[in-house]
Amino acid sequence: MCLAIPGKIVEISADNQDSALVEVVGVRRRIDLGLLQDDKPVPGDWVLVHVGFAMSKISEQDAADQMNTLRMLGEIDGAMQEVKGYGLEDMN
Amino acid sequence: MRFVDEFREPELISKTADEIRRLAGTERHYRMMEVCGGHTHAIYRFGLKDILPENIELIHGPGCPVCVLPMGRIDDGLAIAHEPDVIFAAFGDMMRVPGTQGSPLEHKARGMDVRIVYSPADALKLARLNPEKHVMFFAIGFETTAPSTALTIMRARSEGIHNFSVFCNHVTIIPAIRAILDSPDMRLDAFIGPGHVSTVIGCRPYEWIAHNERKPIVVSGFEPLDMLQSIVMLLRQLNAGEAKVENQYKRVVPWEGNRAALKAMAEVFELRPYFEWRGLGFISQSALRINDKYAEFDTEQRFEVPGIRVTDPKAAQCGEVLKGVLKPHQCKLFGRECTPEHPIGALMVSSEGSCAAYYNYEHRKAAMVTLSLAG
Ligand code: SF4
Repeated sequence: MCLAIPGKIVEISADNQDSALVEVVGVRRRIDLGLLQDDKPVPGDWVLVHVGFAMSKISEQDAADQMNTLRMLGEIDGAMQEVKGYGLEDMN
Repeated sequence: MRFVDEFREPELISKTADEIRRLAGTERHYRMMEVCGGHTHAIYRFGLKDILPENIELIHGPGCPVCVLPMGRIDDGLAIAHEPDVIFAAFGDMMRVPGTQGSPLEHKARGMDVRIVYSPADALKLARLNPEKHVMFFAIGFETTAPSTALTIMRARSEGIHNFSVFCNHVTIIPAIRAILDSPDMRLDAFIGPGHVSTVIGCRPYEWIAHNERKPIVVSGFEPLDMLQSIVMLLRQLNAGEAKVENQYKRVVPWEGNRAALKAMAEVFELRPYFEWRGLGFISQSALRINDKYAEFDTEQRFEVPGIRVTDPKAAQCGEVLKGVLKPHQCKLFGRECTPEHPIGALMVSSEGSCAAYYNYEHRKAAMVTLSLAG
C-alpha cells in the first residue's frame, strides 16, 4: 500500500481547485490535489497518487518508470483496482 | 542474476552490481536495513539477494504499517463496528488481517457492515451517502498516508459532516528507527531510507541517524537500479568512514519534503505519548492521534474503545526478525504454522511484510526451478 501510482492530470475542476481528473492507463478518476497546494499541477502534468491524493509532481519519464516498477513488482492489478475504486466506483 | 533480463537497462544494472562487488570486497561484512516495506517487497520480487555479494546483508525493517499494527487494535476497531448503525471502512490491505475473532472480511460475512475504500476521501463520501449511519474509517499508514487522512478530516469539518470519524492508527517512522537502533541486540551499519514516506517528511528528519548515530542513510527509489545505486552510495560512505544523509530518489523526494502535507498533519494530529508496535513493543511518541480541535472526528473520543491487548504466541519470533536478529525462515513457525494464508505473526499478513515476501519469493523460485526442469 506504500507504492504510489503515477497519473496524468487531465482536468482541474472549475468549481473546486483541489479536485482533478487524472488518467492512469486509460482509466479516469477524480483525485484530491490538496496536498500539492504549494506547487499546483496543471493539466498535462504527471503526479504520484497515493490513496486518492496527489503526493508529488514527477516527470513523464519517471511516471513511465514507476508504472514499469509496479508491473515488475506484480502490483499493477492492485494499483489499477485501487484507481478504479476511487470515488467508490467499485462499490462493495 | 536470473531476474536481470526483465529489468530496464540491464547493462547498467550489471555494471552497478560489479561496482557493488568491487566496493564490498571480501574483508568486511555489511549490514544494511531497508526501512520501508515497499523496499522489502521489491528486494525479494526482483531477486536482489541473488545479485548482491554474500557479505552484504539486508535486514528488513519495520516499515509495513499492516504488519506493525497490534491485533488488539483490530479487535478494538471491530468492537466499535459492532455498535448499531456503524459502517466499518478500511483499505483493502486491512480486510484479511486477522483479529482474535477473525478478519474484517470474516466479520462482513457474519453480517457486519464492512466496506473497502481506496481513499480516506471515499470513507467521507460514504458518510455523505449514508447520513443515518456513522462511518468509521480505520486509518493505518506512515507519513505517506497520514496527510491524506488529515486533509479528509479537515474537509469533514468544513463541510459540517457529523457522522464520520477516524480510528487513527497512523504511526511515524523516525521513532521506530530510533527504537531499533537503541535495541541492544541490534547491529546495523547503514540504512536504505524509505522513498514515499520521504516525499512527505523530506530528508532532514534522518540527520540525527548520520550525525549522532554515525550511520549512513540513503533515501532510495523502488526500481532495482535505484536500490543498487543506493547500496553503492552506502558502501562508498562506509568505506570512507563517513555518515551522511543522501538522496538517491531526488526525482521524487524533495529535501524539504512536502510542506502542505506536513501542515495538514500538524493541524489535525498530535503525538501519542506511546503506542504499541506489533513485534517491537511500546515505543514512545511513535504514533499520531487526533487533537482536541478535531475531537468530533476521533473514533476514540466518540466511542467507548475496549482497549484490547493480544499477545502473539510465544513461538512467534516476529520481534527478532524485525530487528534483524533472525532471518524469516529461522522462525520456528515459518512456512509451517505461519503462512500468508494463515498468518500467525505480523510479518506474514501483508506482501510487504518480510516473512510473506520471503515466503512468496521462495515459492516463486521453486516454481521457476520446476518450470526450467520441465522445460
Ligand atoms: S514466520 Fe510468522 S510468527 Fe515467525 S516471525 Fe514470521 S510472521 Fe512472525
